[in-house]
Amino acid sequence: MTRAAIIVCWVMAIGLALFLIAPLLVIAAASFSPTPVFDLPLTGASTRWYGKIGRLDGFWPSLLLSLQIALLSTAISLVCGTLAAIAIARGKLPGANIFATALVSPLMMPGLVLGIALLQGFRAVGFTTPWATLLVAHLVITLPYVARTMIAGLARFDFTLIEAARTLGCTYPGSVLRVMVPALAPSFLIAGIFSFLASFDNYPVSIFLADVRTKTLPIRMLQYIEEAPDPTLAALSTLILSGTVILLFVSDRVVGLHRMAGTSD
Amino acid sequence: MTEAALPAPVAAPSVDRERLAAIGFVLPSFVIIAGVFALPLVLLLGVSIVDANGLTFANYRRLLGTPYYLGVVWNSLRLGLLTTLIAFLISYPAAFALARARGALRSVLLATLFLPLAASVIVKAFAWTILLRSDGIVNETLIALGIIEDPIRMIFTETALIVGAVNIFLPFMILPIYAIVAQLDPRYAEAAATLGASPLVTFVRVILPLTLPGIIAGVALVFSLSVSAYVVPTLLIGEKYPTLATAIAKAYLLAREPGFGAAAGVVLLAIAIAVVAFSARLSREPK
Repeated sequence: MTRAAIIVCWVMAIGLALFLIAPLLVIAAASFSPTPVFDLPLTGASTRWYGKIGRLDGFWPSLLLSLQIALLSTAISLVCGTLAAIAIARGKLPGANIFATALVSPLMMPGLVLGIALLQGFRAVGFTTPWATLLVAHLVITLPYVARTMIAGLARFDFTLIEAARTLGCTYPGSVLRVMVPALAPSFLIAGIFSFLASFDNYPVSIFLADVRTKTLPIRMLQYIEEAPDPTLAALSTLILSGTVILLFVSDRVVGLHRMAGTSD
Repeated sequence: MTEAALPAPVAAPSVDRERLAAIGFVLPSFVIIAGVFALPLVLLLGVSIVDANGLTFANYRRLLGTPYYLGVVWNSLRLGLLTTLIAFLISYPAAFALARARGALRSVLLATLFLPLAASVIVKAFAWTILLRSDGIVNETLIALGIIEDPIRMIFTETALIVGAVNIFLPFMILPIYAIVAQLDPRYAEAAATLGASPLVTFVRVILPLTLPGIIAGVALVFSLSVSAYVVPTLLIGEKYPTLATAIAKAYLLAREPGFGAAAGVVLLAIAIAVVAFSARLSREPK
């Protein structure tokens, strides 16, 4: 590459890094704002907005609902998605490639379209309990993440290891538990995190299934922003962001985040 | 049933049993994908073309035949095209720098790509509403630098919309391009130069074609995400820039016009499928 081109590349890369990180820094800074408006640069620091998070209208039920839906849908998707990935990886399934594509295809669909399709579908069969519809809908949101990661993870797993363990006297469930599960632990963790975050952050599907009393946290947050944004919201966002960063940092220590790039192939 | 219980040739039943087990394993996922994804989408198509009087194309005529809604479709496409183009122009050169970075610098740059992915779209769009306000940081900085005298109106303009959308969808452009650029063998460019190619010819004839799969993946991903974005236009520009996504939400949540909302959904879905199919075909074509 010519010298000028290299300089352009570096300017773009550094500009891009600053541009991407700017909104996160702004949110963190605004959460310590001493006044109710977002006066930046800060003229002082206050942590009072953190104390007000719990008093936001309808905050606790929404947080609880989002956590329940995200944890349950992730757990169910981990089981279903892993089973499906095993069948696909073992190559005994007719039409495995088509099915693998179908499993991840919801990722490429506009979320809003999935939301209205599910609303119509659930109404048509008389399935209208918001909590249950949210859970079932979030299975479609989380399953593709699990399937994609587990199919990639299992593609590298040598199934003859299970046969080897059985030859050495392990029972079949024992060999699965003591050979396959440890080998796939990193994939489980990555699939779990991605699918939890996808569900916990989802807005476009949930909005069509929620009702006045059953609102997930993202719906509640958008409502706060549209009604009366104040630094409390920045404080809440900063807490969620910190929680996510800690989660990613810990999993990086455990399995290495570089594997995440490898899950997309 | 009785025949199956008889002793049979050794291999045959085990193959059948394995296939049966495989089908059992995929069954739960199949039920979810078929019942909670494929079927509702088919039903959506039905809702868009059937009303109380039977088959109708009135929803599509209204969507694709009136100037207002053609403008709405164009707004969506424009948002998708502008976001994709700008994200590409920033990401492509940056990916080369990222691929050359080593050690701590590389870790920091990669962290700035992954960290925003961990933050929700709502939080980032909210941050841009703070950044771009008349008395926000961007205006104050520009005034302090003497570039402008009075604050310029940025929030609720197309500029705000595009800045926010590029910011939120950028990682989806640079990550696939970076994945390809990082594997690029520098000897190709060296060989081209040795054979007398100018830097420009080397770039156009060697580097660009080799990195094309990453570009296609990034462009397809960012376009299909931004064309159907809902939170970003809602928070950063609002009512005056209606898109297919906001029209869908309005038809279902406010106007109670499911037929029309479904038609808008089908059009958006068709755009998404076209992009995916087109990009899949492009990346399969021999070079």
